[in-house]
Amino acid sequence: MTQTLLETDGLTVRFGGHVAVDHVSCAFHAGELTAIVGPNGAGKTTYFNLISGQIPATEGRVRLMGEDITRASVADRCRKGLGRAFQLTNLFPNLSVLENVRLVIQAHRNKGFSLFSMAASHTELTTEAMAVLERVKLDHLKDKNVSELSHGNQRKLEVAMLIALDPMVYMFDEPTAGMSADEAPVVLDLIAELKAERERTILLVEHKMDVIRTLADRIIVLHNGALAADGDPATVMASDVVQEAYMGKELTDV
Amino acid sequence: MLINILSGDKPRSVILTVLLLGILVALAFAPFLFPGVRSLETAARICIFIVLVASYDLLLGYGGIVSFAHTMFFGLGAYGVALASENMGRGWGSLAVGTVAGAVAAAVLALVIGLFSLRVRAIFFAMITLAVASAVAVLVSQLSGITGGEDGLNYSIPRELTPAFRLGEFLGVKINGKLLNYYLVFFASLALFLMLLRVVNSPFGRVLQAIRENDFRAEAIGYRVIYYRIAATCLSAAVAALAGSIFAIWLRYVGPDTTLSFEIMLDILLMVVIGGMGTMYGAVLGATIFVLAQNYLQNLMGAASEATTGLPLIPDLLNPDRWLLWLGVLFILSVYFFPTGIVGRLREGRRA
Ligand SMILES: Nc1ncnc2c1ncn2[C@@H]1O[C@H](COP(=O)(O)OP(=O)(O)OP(=O)(O)O)[C@@H](O)[C@H]1O
Ligand SMILES: [Mg+2]
Repeated sequence: MTQTLLETDGLTVRFGGHVAVDHVSCAFHAGELTAIVGPNGAGKTTYFNLISGQIPATEGRVRLMGEDITRASVADRCRKGLGRAFQLTNLFPNLSVLENVRLVIQAHRNKGFSLFSMAASHTELTTEAMAVLERVKLDHLKDKNVSELSHGNQRKLEVAMLIALDPMVYMFDEPTAGMSADEAPVVLDLIAELKAERERTILLVEHKMDVIRTLADRIIVLHNGALAADGDPATVMASDVVQEAYMGKELTDV
Repeated sequence: MLINILSGDKPRSVILTVLLLGILVALAFAPFLFPGVRSLETAARICIFIVLVASYDLLLGYGGIVSFAHTMFFGLGAYGVALASENMGRGWGSLAVGTVAGAVAAAVLALVIGLFSLRVRAIFFAMITLAVASAVAVLVSQLSGITGGEDGLNYSIPRELTPAFRLGEFLGVKINGKLLNYYLVFFASLALFLMLLRVVNSPFGRVLQAIRENDFRAEAIGYRVIYYRIAATCLSAAVAALAGSIFAIWLRYVGPDTTLSFEIMLDILLMVVIGGMGTMYGAVLGATIFVLAQNYLQNLMGAASEATTGLPLIPDLLNPDRWLLWLGVLFILSVYFFPTGIVGRLREGRRA
C-alpha cells in the first residue's frame, strides 16, 4: 500500500443554509495524480480552500502526513508541505517576476526574519528562483513587473510559485484555464514531470477531458459538494453518474 | 562598499542622487555652511525628522499599515530622556537609560497594540493607535506632577553637549558643546537611517512589500503575516522612540506640543507623501522640504506681504499667519503632480 499523504475525513462547510462541501472523505497517496471534476459550483475550489485553510471547516478533519491540521493557519499548513496554486491568479502585481518566485523560496528557506542582511546577498535564493523560472519558460521575463505579463504568463508564474514551494501535496486549480493552445503544454508537461517523480501527491481540478485522460491516475467527482464517484479514470468515466450528469456538459474534449 | 552602506538601494536617478548628496553635505557641514543658531536648529530638526519619517514609511510605505501613534512613540523616547535626566540627575548615564527605556517601552507598547488589533483588520489597527495615542497625550498632560503637564520639562544634559562647553574656534565658527551635540544628532540620525535602509532591503523588507501587495498570497506561501506586521510595528516604534530621544537631547526640553501633538503626526504623514511612500529616500526629501518650508516659508511670506502692501487682498493672503494654507496648497499640488512622491517622479522620469 502506498503512503497516504493527505486525508480529509467528513470534511464539511456550510455557508448559511448552503452546504458547499458535504462530508467529503478521501485519501490521497504518494505518487498519485487525482483529478477532481464536477460542474461549476460543485465545490471543488471550496474543497481546496478547506484543505489549505483559507476557509475554516464547519465539520470534519484534514490530516497531512498523519498530522491533524484542521485548526492550523494557512501559513503553517504551507510550511508543513501543503502547496496550492489558485484558480484566479493571485500574485504580487507590483513586484518583478523573479521577486515573486524568490519570495516563495525565501519563505521555504525560512529567511523571512533576516532583518539586517541584504536581500541581494542571498544569491542562492536567486539561483533557485531562476531555476524554477526556467522550468516554466519565464526566465527571459524575470525583471518584468508581474502586472505587465500576459494572462498566460501570469498563469505560468502561478504554477512556478507552487513548484518553488516544493510541497508534499500539490494542489492545482484549473492551471491552464484561459491559456492559449501553445502555452498550456508547458504547464501540463511540468505537471507530468512532477507526477513522474512519484514522491508527492497531486490534486488537479480540471475540466478538459483530454488532460484528465493523459494525466490522471484517479478521478473523484464532486456534485453539490458531495463525493459522487471515486475510482480509476476508465471506471469513473464509464459510470452512470458521470455519464448522465456531466459528460455532455462539463467534461468536454478540447 | 558604498553600495553596501546603501544596502544596494541605489537612488536610480541623477537628479535624486544630486539632491541626496546635496542634503547630506549640507547637513554634515551645517555648522560651517550656515552659521547661526536658527539654521543649526533647522538642520538638527531635519536630521531627526528624516529618521522619524523613514521609520513611519517602514510601516506605511513598506508594510501598508496605517498608524496614528507614531508621535506617541516619538514622545516616549523624548520623555524617557527627560524623565531620566530629571530623576537621575544630569549625566551620560541618564541619557543612555532614558533612551533605552524609551525604545523598549515603545516596542512593548507597539507589541501589545499589534497583538490586540493587527489580528483583526488593518483599519482596526489604525483606530486603536488613534485611541491609544490620544489617551497617552491626555495622560501626559494630566500627570503634571511627573511629566510637567502642558508646560513640559526642562532638564540638564552633560555639560559637554551644551554651549557652555567651549573648545575654541575653527574657520570662524565657535567649537562648543552645542556643535558636538549637533554632530551627535547628525551621526545618530545617519546611522538610524542607514539601518532602516538596510531593513527595507533585507529579506524581511521584501516580505513586508509582499504583504502590502497581497497579504492573502503571502500567507499562502508560508509567511505568518501577523508576525511580520507586528515585527514591523515594533521596529518602527523603537526607531521613532530613538528619534525622540535624540530630539530631547538636542532640545533639552520636552512638552506635549513638541513631541506628542497630533499636528506632528499630520506633518509626518505629509512628509511621507510628499517625498514618496515606499522609498526611504522619500523620507529624506520630504522631511527636508517640509522642515525648511515650516521654518522659512513664514519669513518669505512676511517679506512678500510687506512688499505688496498697497495692493488689495494679496498682502492678506501672504500674511505669515496663512503659511499653513500655503503649505496645504503646496501639498495638494505635489500630490496632484507627483502622486508617487518626489522620489517616485524622479525615478519615473529616468525610465521615460
Ligand atoms: N465564501 C463563500 N461564501 C458563500 N458561498 C460560497 C463561498 N465560497 C463558495 N461558495 C459557494 O459554494 C459553492 C461552490 O463554489 P466553488 O467555487 O467551490 O465551485 P467550483 O466547483 O470551484 O466551481 P468552478 O468550476 O466554477 O470553479 C458555490 O455555490 C459558491 O457560491
Ligand atoms: Mg473553482
